[in-house]
Amino acid sequence: MAQPMSKQIGTHLAQNYGFYLALILGGILMMAPFAWMISTALKPAADQFTRDLIPKTVTLENFPDAWEKMKFSSLMWNSMRIAALSTIGQVVTCSMGAFVFAVVKFRGRDFLFLLLLATLMVPYQMTIIPQFLIFKTLGLYGTDLPLYLPQFLGGAFGIFLLRQYFRTIPLDLLEAAQLDGASLFQIYWGIYLPLAKPALGALALFAFMSSWNDLFSALIYLPSDLEKTTLPVGLSLFQRLYRAQWALMMAAVIISVAPIMVAFFFAQKQFIQGIAASGVK
Amino acid sequence: MHTRGINPRGGQKVWVWILLAPTLVGLVVGAVGSIAATFGISFFSWDLLTPPEWVGIENYTDLPGNRKFRKALFNTTMFSIMYVPATIVISLVVAVMLNRHIVGKSFFRMIFFLPVITSPTAVGLVWSWIYAKDKGALNAVLDVIGMEPVSWLGSKMVLYSVVIVNVWGAIGEGMIIFLAGSQAIPRDVYEAATIDGATPFQQFWTLTIPLLLPSLFFQTVLSTINAFQAFDYVYILTATSSGGSSMPTLVFQIYRDGFNFFRMGSASAQSVVLALVVLSLTLVYSRLQKRWGGE
Repeated sequence: MAQPMSKQIGTHLAQNYGFYLALILGGILMMAPFAWMISTALKPAADQFTRDLIPKTVTLENFPDAWEKMKFSSLMWNSMRIAALSTIGQVVTCSMGAFVFAVVKFRGRDFLFLLLLATLMVPYQMTIIPQFLIFKTLGLYGTDLPLYLPQFLGGAFGIFLLRQYFRTIPLDLLEAAQLDGASLFQIYWGIYLPLAKPALGALALFAFMSSWNDLFSALIYLPSDLEKTTLPVGLSLFQRLYRAQWALMMAAVIISVAPIMVAFFFAQKQFIQGIAASGVK
Repeated sequence: MHTRGINPRGGQKVWVWILLAPTLVGLVVGAVGSIAATFGISFFSWDLLTPPEWVGIENYTDLPGNRKFRKALFNTTMFSIMYVPATIVISLVVAVMLNRHIVGKSFFRMIFFLPVITSPTAVGLVWSWIYAKDKGALNAVLDVIGMEPVSWLGSKMVLYSVVIVNVWGAIGEGMIIFLAGSQAIPRDVYEAATIDGATPFQQFWTLTIPLLLPSLFFQTVLSTINAFQAFDYVYILTATSSGGSSMPTLVFQIYRDGFNFFRMGSASAQSVVLALVVLSLTLVYSRLQKRWGGE
């Protein structure tokens, strides 16, 4: 039955129209908030309460306006810096830990690894108060160090993700390198890291996103000040300052989600890989 | 556990320690030590200004009489009862639909996944505009079909409204977990069932569900943990002008007591209760999994 491709798709769609209808309806419900966000952001302030999904007059004035009022240059810089440092911390220290768990035999390895995985099940509120007290005692309350320093101490999710990947690399490579006199660090740095680039990319995206979206830490450690805090807290302050100025606020929302959205469109696979890895145990 | 690996000798042992050091510090100080410290602090009364004072189990015995804590516990429980099943069922249905050979599969996956990566704070603002009593999109829709406007974030509806946003934000995550779980199911299992005359509905109940059981349990545990930690959307959608919330959850309550009022002892005790609730639910789930899944 050699039919042209387009005709096959046509019959397939005709036979399953109920299925596609349900799927499209679901998709529309998922996307509706984003559509409304864009629509409102493109309306002049005077038109923000009109019900048109397609604005009658399209304007971009809300974007520079929000940028200035919200002091976006400081918020962006703070969020970027903290997320970049958190990402470096996670990629470096998780890959180090994962490498050891994946290739080195030592007493207590399985116990340590299980203990590490068990921390995934513990709500972070169980650790946040002592951490807060440590940082306060060290005089770091009000600085951004508490937001990225903990990311330099490994983490169950990242180590698990990378260990899975490292274990797919044949041990022969490692043994051959050892015979050539390479140290463990040289093997980690020269063989394992370059081979694990996709997994490192997935972890980097994940770490960046988590830090970029983190409201709680910024709320407890940083002063509620548009020049000192990060984007999530900045948006919540903005919400109080510009109550009901929705066009302005939606523009601010778009500016703050744009970096992650752009990253997502270019690296969808890595994002999804990161999430999926947490489920395959 | 796995047994593969090399035995480091002599000088190489130093490298093992160096590479493992950050993880060990994180595990000892950041996790185990902090958990123990939270337990310890929960037996003190401490406002960070005066020295901590030993009060025994008073922080715990005070909780049942603490109206705010009771309200937060009630809200969190109601939230979880709705959020967990809704998230699991919807994301399972979406995953099963998107696991077929269909047109636009990756496009649809992207659409369902998008809310997972966008900041809850940012998207929460969009939702607060949709829910706005005055001229919000949802009430505009009601107006078009001739219904009275609803106060979506008012005391009657706020719980449901917050649940809807959280479910919307979590469908994509569950979908990915279930799709990953489905990859492990061999295709020919379904082909054989089709030849035997099983309808897609029968296949779903007799093949997909049992084979996805591990993913289902994992996702249920994860959703429960997330439900009991609900904070971001709550903070944005229900904030009151005094800095409180019209629908405080347990984590919101811990945040207020611990980091606004600096009642470190009470906040620690509430954290312990939260962790114990999550832990016991996890244990119940794993019991159930053993009963249903162990053959």
